[in-house]
Order: sequence, then C-alpha cells, then structure tokens
Amino acid sequence: MTRGFLPLLVLVLAGGSSALAWETDNFRAFTSTGAQQLEIEHNPRPLPDVQLVDQDGNAFALSAYKGRTVLIDFIYTRCPTICGILGDDFARVKELGGGKSQSTPVDLLSIGFDPQNDDRDSLKLYGDRFGAAAPTWRIATTANVNALPALLKTFGVVIIPDGMGGFTHTSAVYVVDAQGRLARVLDPDSPPQLFAAALRTATP
Amino acid sequence: MNYSMNHRWLAAVTASAWLTVWMWRTPLESNMAVHMIIQVPLLIALGLALAVVVRPHEPRWFVDADWLGIPGIVLVVFGTSFWMLPRALDGAIGNPWIDAAKFLSLPLLVGLPLGLSWSRMPPLGRAFIWANFIPKLGAIGSLYLGAPVRLCAYYRLDQQAAAGWTLIIVAVALGISWFVVVFIDWPRHGSNLHRAGVS
Repeated sequence: MTRGFLPLLVLVLAGGSSALAWETDNFRAFTSTGAQQLEIEHNPRPLPDVQLVDQDGNAFALSAYKGRTVLIDFIYTRCPTICGILGDDFARVKELGGGKSQSTPVDLLSIGFDPQNDDRDSLKLYGDRFGAAAPTWRIATTANVNALPALLKTFGVVIIPDGMGGFTHTSAVYVVDAQGRLARVLDPDSPPQLFAAALRTATP
Repeated sequence: MNYSMNHRWLAAVTASAWLTVWMWRTPLESNMAVHMIIQVPLLIALGLALAVVVRPHEPRWFVDADWLGIPGIVLVVFGTSFWMLPRALDGAIGNPWIDAAKFLSLPLLVGLPLGLSWSRMPPLGRAFIWANFIPKLGAIGSLYLGAPVRLCAYYRLDQQAAAGWTLIIVAVALGISWFVVVFIDWPRHGSNLHRAGVS
C-alpha cells in the first residue's frame, strides 16, 4: 500500500455511495415515478387553481373541490390502451362508492390532455363508456389550452408520442386532499386500494 | 509534430467532440438504446482521450495514492452505476442541469480515471472488473427487457425492451471477446494469461 491510498479510497467510497444514495432517495426510488411518489407523500404539493370544463360543458375550478378528496387521472380520449384501464379502474372505484354521490367525500376527475381531439363530445363519449356522470366523476379539460402545460408539470405528467399517432403518458392516479394539495401519487393497479387511499386521505 | 503538439491536437479534438455530442443531445437521447449504448460510452471515450493528454502531467500524489489503480477504478464503478439507473436517464432528459452533470461526470469521473488507473491495475484486478461488469450489464439489460411497466417516463415500453436487448447483446459480445482473449489468446496466439484484462 502506498501513501495516500486509504484516504483517497475512503473519499471515493464515501463520495460514490453518497451520490448513489442521493440519486435514489436512500435506495428507495430507482425510477422518476417512484421518486415523485416518495416526495409527494412527504411533502404534499399545493396546486394552482385552474379553470376546467367538463363533459356537459360546465365550467368549474379545481379549487371548487376543496373540502372533498379527488382522485385524478390524465387521459386522452382517442387512447386505445392505458386510458381504458384507467377508465375501468375509476369505474370500479365508483362501484365501491367513490365518485358516485355527494355523500361519500371522494370524487373522481379525469383530465384530457389532448386539446386537439378532446372536445366536449369526445369527453362525453369517453365518460359514457365508463358510466361517468358529473359532478362526482367529471371528464374535463382546461378551459384555456395554455393552462394545460403548467398543470401537467405540477402533477409531473410526462407525455411522449407513441410512434403511432397517439401518446404514451404517465398513468398514475393522483390523490388531491381536502385542502387542495396533491397528497399521494398511486399506481393504478388496484381500484380497492385507490379508493382506500382516497378515503384515508379524506379522514386522516 | 512533436509530442506536446499532438496532445494539444487531441485536447482540441476532444473538446470539440464534447461540444458536438452536447449539441446533438436531443436526438441522441430520444431513443433509450442510443442514449445508453452510444451517447454514454461516447462521453466515457472522451474522458479516455483526455487521460492520454493528462497522463504526462499526472500529479505525483495521485500516482502514489491511486495504488494499483484501485481508487480510480472504484470511482469508475460508481460513475457507471449512477448513470445506468432509469431515474438518471429520466433526469438527464427532463432537466438540462442533470444532463450537464452527466456530460461533465462521464468524461471527468469515469473516462478520465479509467484511462489513468486501468494501466496501474494488475491483470487479476482487471479480470475481476470485467467479470463483474459484463454480468451487471446483462442483468440490467434483462431487467429492462423483462419489466412489464415503463421504468422511464420519457421512454416507451418497446424502446425499453429494445434497450434491454441491446444491453444483453453488448454483454454477450463483450463476454465472448473477453473469453477469446483470455482462453484462446487471440489475436496474439502464443502466450500469456496476463493480457486477460487488456482485451
């Protein structure tokens, strides 16, 4: 062994493992989606107020949900794949009681992010496919197209072309709590779990 | 041209190649396999070129402290691991600062120490590094290939699978070449196992 070897090795080991720990939130999140889930869980994120229009043409503000818990997903109405799964998931949550009536504190909101195609009729058709009815389950899009990118960015929704004229997009389900904060980011794999998480957020 | 002129040329070519890769970063990052198998190794190669320029000026304390090339190669292992994770790939696309960190760290903290420390590492050490790196590459490839969900927000599932295949193919190719060099001793048929790590 030569002079300076051990200090240099210790420095490299400490620096390297700190960098890896920083990158992965102490080895808990190896994907950007996982990282966002962790971050939101620890620091609920306030949401900007935004004006939306639903499938019946009624305007409403995101802030109008204050006092209720909302499950939000992002879809586009021409979507042949994942949005159908998200729609089915929300339909199951509705069967379980969420987004069905004002008596449960959990509402559903699906936001269309393809302004060119997600017009009112398409939103209505998409909603009818899954039995959505406003106001407890709205299929909506931003009243002003220019407000859409900022909204997507706040939620961390990433949309890329799917190479077949459609989109590949983040397919998470977002829980917005009664104070209007983004409180949880969930994988859309189990409707009962989605509903349970929303109820837990609603009654802390 | 004398020795230092050559080095000046190499430094200039390396710097302009670095700028070129930076300017082409969007197309090079638009496909996951190209990002992982072309852009990242290219940035490491720029660091290797830099090592040729730096080697005559290597500070004495570093040559001493870098015993058998171990600290340098450990740094390389950390650096390559860091940029192999899906979160790092997403970060590099979504955030220009993280991409800038990649453009600096891959040449300076991976390629450069690799170029400087590799020659100090004894053959058995090199063989150890190869024998770890090749299966790791294959394992990450099969992880990307087999994952039923997208691991990167910025890449489609089919791109992820293609990147997985490419990593596996590269791992197999490296494995075969390494095997040939170690056990068949081609292309310099005749002697030694001690070139094991050189390939």
